[in-house]
Amino acid sequence: MTAQSHRNPTGGRIDRARTLGFTFNGRYYEGHPGDTLASALLANGVHLVGRSFKYHRPRGIVGSGAEEPNALVQLGQGALTEPNVRATQAELHDGLAAASVNCWPGVRWDIGAINGLLGGLFPAGFYYKTFMWPARAWRAYEWFIRRAAGLGLAPREPDPERYDGTHAHCDVLVAGGGPAGLAAALAAGRAGGRVILADEQAEIGGSLLAGGGTIDGRPARAWLDDATAELAGMAEVRVLPRATVFGYYDHNYLGIAERLADHLPPAERAGRARQRVWKVRAGRVVLATGAIERPLVFDGNDRPGVMLATAAQAYANRWAVRVGDRAVVVTNNDSAYQTALDLSESGVAVALLADLRAEVPAALAQRLSRAGIEVAAGSAVVDAAGGTRVTSAEIRRLGADGTTLEGPARHVPCDVIAVSGGWSPAVHLFSQSGGRLRWDEAIAGFVPDISRQAEVSVGAARGTFDLAAALAEGARAGAAAAHAAGFGDGTATAPAANAREVIAPRPVWRVPSAGRGKAFVDIQNDVTAADIALAAREGYSAVEHLKRYTTTGMGTDQGKTSNVNALAILAHATGTAIPAVGTTTFRPPYTPVTFGALAGRTVGPLFDPARLTAMHPWHVQAGTRFEDVGQWKRPWYYPRGSETLHQAVARECRAVRTSLGIMDASTLGKIDIQGPDAAKLLDLVYTNAWGGLEVGRCRYGLMLKEDGMVFDDGVTARLGPQHFHMTTTTGGAARVMAWLEEWLQTERPHWRVYLTSVTTQWAVAAIAGPNARRLMAELCPNIALDAIDFPFMAWRDGTVAGIAARVFRVSFSGESAFEINVPSSQGMALWQALMTAGAKYDITPYGTEAMHVLRAEKGFVIVGQETDGTVTPGDLGMDWIVGKKKPDFVGRRGLARADCKRPDRKQLVGLLPQDPKEVLVEGAQIMADAAAPPPVPMEGHVTSSYWSATLSRSFALALLKGGRARHGQTVPVHAYGKTSWAQVTEPIFYDKEGEKLRG
Amino acid sequence: MAEIVLRQSPLDHLSLDARAVAEPGPAGVVAGERRFVAKVNLRGDPADEAFVKVAKGALKVFLPTTPNTVDGKRDRYALWLGPDEWLVIGAPGTEGRLVADLRKALDGIVAAVTDVTEGRTVIRLSGVHARETLAKGCGLDLHPRAFGRGRCAQTRLGKANVILHQLDDAPTFDVYVERSFADYLWRWIEDGASEYGFAIVAEPIMAALKARRATR
Repeated sequence: MTAQSHRNPTGGRIDRARTLGFTFNGRYYEGHPGDTLASALLANGVHLVGRSFKYHRPRGIVGSGAEEPNALVQLGQGALTEPNVRATQAELHDGLAAASVNCWPGVRWDIGAINGLLGGLFPAGFYYKTFMWPARAWRAYEWFIRRAAGLGLAPREPDPERYDGTHAHCDVLVAGGGPAGLAAALAAGRAGGRVILADEQAEIGGSLLAGGGTIDGRPARAWLDDATAELAGMAEVRVLPRATVFGYYDHNYLGIAERLADHLPPAERAGRARQRVWKVRAGRVVLATGAIERPLVFDGNDRPGVMLATAAQAYANRWAVRVGDRAVVVTNNDSAYQTALDLSESGVAVALLADLRAEVPAALAQRLSRAGIEVAAGSAVVDAAGGTRVTSAEIRRLGADGTTLEGPARHVPCDVIAVSGGWSPAVHLFSQSGGRLRWDEAIAGFVPDISRQAEVSVGAARGTFDLAAALAEGARAGAAAAHAAGFGDGTATAPAANAREVIAPRPVWRVPSAGRGKAFVDIQNDVTAADIALAAREGYSAVEHLKRYTTTGMGTDQGKTSNVNALAILAHATGTAIPAVGTTTFRPPYTPVTFGALAGRTVGPLFDPARLTAMHPWHVQAGTRFEDVGQWKRPWYYPRGSETLHQAVARECRAVRTSLGIMDASTLGKIDIQGPDAAKLLDLVYTNAWGGLEVGRCRYGLMLKEDGMVFDDGVTARLGPQHFHMTTTTGGAARVMAWLEEWLQTERPHWRVYLTSVTTQWAVAAIAGPNARRLMAELCPNIALDAIDFPFMAWRDGTVAGIAARVFRVSFSGESAFEINVPSSQGMALWQALMTAGAKYDITPYGTEAMHVLRAEKGFVIVGQETDGTVTPGDLGMDWIVGKKKPDFVGRRGLARADCKRPDRKQLVGLLPQDPKEVLVEGAQIMADAAAPPPVPMEGHVTSSYWSATLSRSFALALLKGGRARHGQTVPVHAYGKTSWAQVTEPIFYDKEGEKLRG
Repeated sequence: MAEIVLRQSPLDHLSLDARAVAEPGPAGVVAGERRFVAKVNLRGDPADEAFVKVAKGALKVFLPTTPNTVDGKRDRYALWLGPDEWLVIGAPGTEGRLVADLRKALDGIVAAVTDVTEGRTVIRLSGVHARETLAKGCGLDLHPRAFGRGRCAQTRLGKANVILHQLDDAPTFDVYVERSFADYLWRWIEDGASEYGFAIVAEPIMAALKARRATR
């Protein structure tokens, strides 16, 4: 049992009936449901949570939400660990284990703190200035720098958690569930619109959760309960707590990261997705993202115990936590007066409120003095003393222009300094949407100005800090957004609240220094006011340069508390106005999103579809090794027993050449082409002529791009006078379909041709080998199979093994072959029948590897292997397929370019290695001269290279400059530091006359 | 016919029937495969009166010209796929007859009739969370105000191209998927629906469930 030393016995939105145990840096503490890790630590009197990035200074909790720059922790352990989680946003659960990031060996005694003593050596741009010379030494520096800097640790194990993602659509998306957002969601929901209200906190309510005030004559918290209940009862309203709208993209497309299970102990998460990303298309967006309080920049402002005034107030009101025993409040605006009162009421002795303004709000000041709190007008905290916790504040009077100090110093002992430097509207999402910002002098902050998308900012997000006005803006925006979607009349009654008069803040961007302490602007990245001034002096006067040079705003908090202070100090240093300096770009995500959430369920077997053929289960059963071809799983080879790839491929090739092989060719793309102009389309997209092709016959075709380069190939059959069946490469099927449609739809819209993809309508078994016809004769009683009735490059309909089939006499192996197409649902039956009947010929299934060898022996090219988008038909020795008399085809003009006619273009050749046992490396470079010093001119490369069981030797195909004129030459071929020699030959090694294939 | 016995659907290897339940109970999503539904792709010019008339005569359903709508009922539908493209659906085993009838009727008219029965299978998905299950991988707005009964769409589900057809307000969807993607898509649906309670039902039960809802 440990006492929560700083927890009040009553109040707050926590459940004291349950106690949650957790550890921080190995020490056990307790908190309650409703706590964040930060509130629970503060309840236990723990402020010191980490060491700073560069100087390793002790740092404490600063904020109470997304803005937190310091309290980054490593959450969870092992595979479940997550780095750099903001303790202010981590909900407490039983058994939670957290540790500080960026301190070694421990947070109280940190070895890197020596950097703090050497602070003068680490000015802005230190890395750029120091580690750049000599250039090669960077690697050595980097090792040390990365160890010393860096934040948390990424887990090393695979993530065992489940993630999810979903699309969503709505009429109105409300980002932020504070008073303005709630008013908007209520108005839009009441009108009948589809509404999504997303808020990053566990509870909807925003500032109402920590503040007081009355709405519609009742305590604001009672109004909040009613509002959330009403929203929950609306069928078309979806309220997402724990959901951060992290990105605002084009066309009102927004990303929401919802934390579904992070607040649960891992054991209770079983089966549930941990996080879910919502991809939302919204008709209208209402941005009610609130505002972020700014710190004040004074010496020692990074000491643990110095925190934002609202944060101190929230810990008091929402979590019943006293952030210290004795506080000093310092502010440049009205809002912190209430903080002082709330702190005092919660039991924190408030020693003093220092207001930078000479004129203070009279009513508020009176309330403070009634509560016994001194108000020091025109004064500031100029230094915070202390080590791992602030011990006192030095108070001085400010000169009239804010750059000088007057009068004596007062040292006020305290353990908390609550600061308010004014408010920056959270314009992140607005800015991401493309909207333009405007500097508002009255609030000393950037506010939304010109929208680029269908959105509107309301409440504090647009600089409207008064509760009554924020509620009115929200209600108005919600009603208008619903009306735009066709719901309601566009009006709504706003909840009523008391308006307050506000005295403008007094911006003093750098509280004058009384000594030589560091005044931090970006607390996470350890950037001081002096760094910014130095950068400006060195010429980094553009805000984007400043950011990169000093790293201000580049931490995981993206400078939520620091950016405005930084650019205001830059403006001061360069003598420009703040609007002229401008802001850096706000980029998604608003707060970090886990990779797991972004990946969602697209992991493991669902990462990418595996396309399966009808015969796939048979292949699996046979122990096949698969090759990925596009998304298809194609049998690569079928090892028997302990066979290696090469042994299996040699056996499969021999079977095809000597008896009978069978291949699953289902994956080839198939396009059904019908219409009076079908042949015209083929004439357009293929290089050869198609009009004369008889019904019942097929023809090989090459497709080119406009530049004359080979794009796809395949065999197309004429099924009827106006009906063709085109096949494409496996990987090119979708590309070719889109290509044909593009030509039809954009260039020849008047042609009457219809295309339908039938790739998976058909399962295809190719049988090849000297015994192929014998097997066919046995299974196929109704097709005349001899070479005269059913010649090479013809097709016939009939039955095979009792299954209605379309049989093509085509061959990619060079053997007599039949490609048997059957309806896909009967592909397996066909395959099994062929395997059974073919047993007498030792029918041998062969995969893509054997197929590659067999076709290469014949010199048949594979598009994408022998070609790479720079190869013409002529380069492949296939000029015979280019219709010289055709008036036009795609690529004709490309081929006419002089470059396509150069005699020294790379041309397809065969290679026979001098060592017949050596299989050349595919991709090996053919050199002009093996003895030449580097860089050696390259003349070509090996495109395909195999061991041929048929030839009992190795062979290869290659593209070689002027290769056709170089048959008989011996060339050096280089790969991986080794040079081999090979003889250039004609690119055909087997059955040059084609007797086997036609026979 | 012998060959019918030999037919295999692209999901047979998952043995869904062995996991099918008679009564899905509280499952938020109920799914099953509808095997061998007849599918014929029809192309033609809707401005050609002869084409429209003849097609209607042969099919007994209108060819809808409103994008992404469906005409028909029970087991004969025409799904609008494009300005000149429809998917005609029929009971299992009727594809040969459908193709023959259409080709005969359309003789002399510029049109294309293509049997695509074998190229896709149908996964039927029903239940109070069917819509959410689809929304996980489908960018279209499937809300009743935007989609609804009698609507269809060619779209993506996860990483597969599909045709969606909403049959009733349960809601029940037929998902037409390329047979090579069927294994992937089934796993994707089952994984995504698991949080809602997922039950597999055999085809006749699925049809009965739908009928029961329709009579309510």
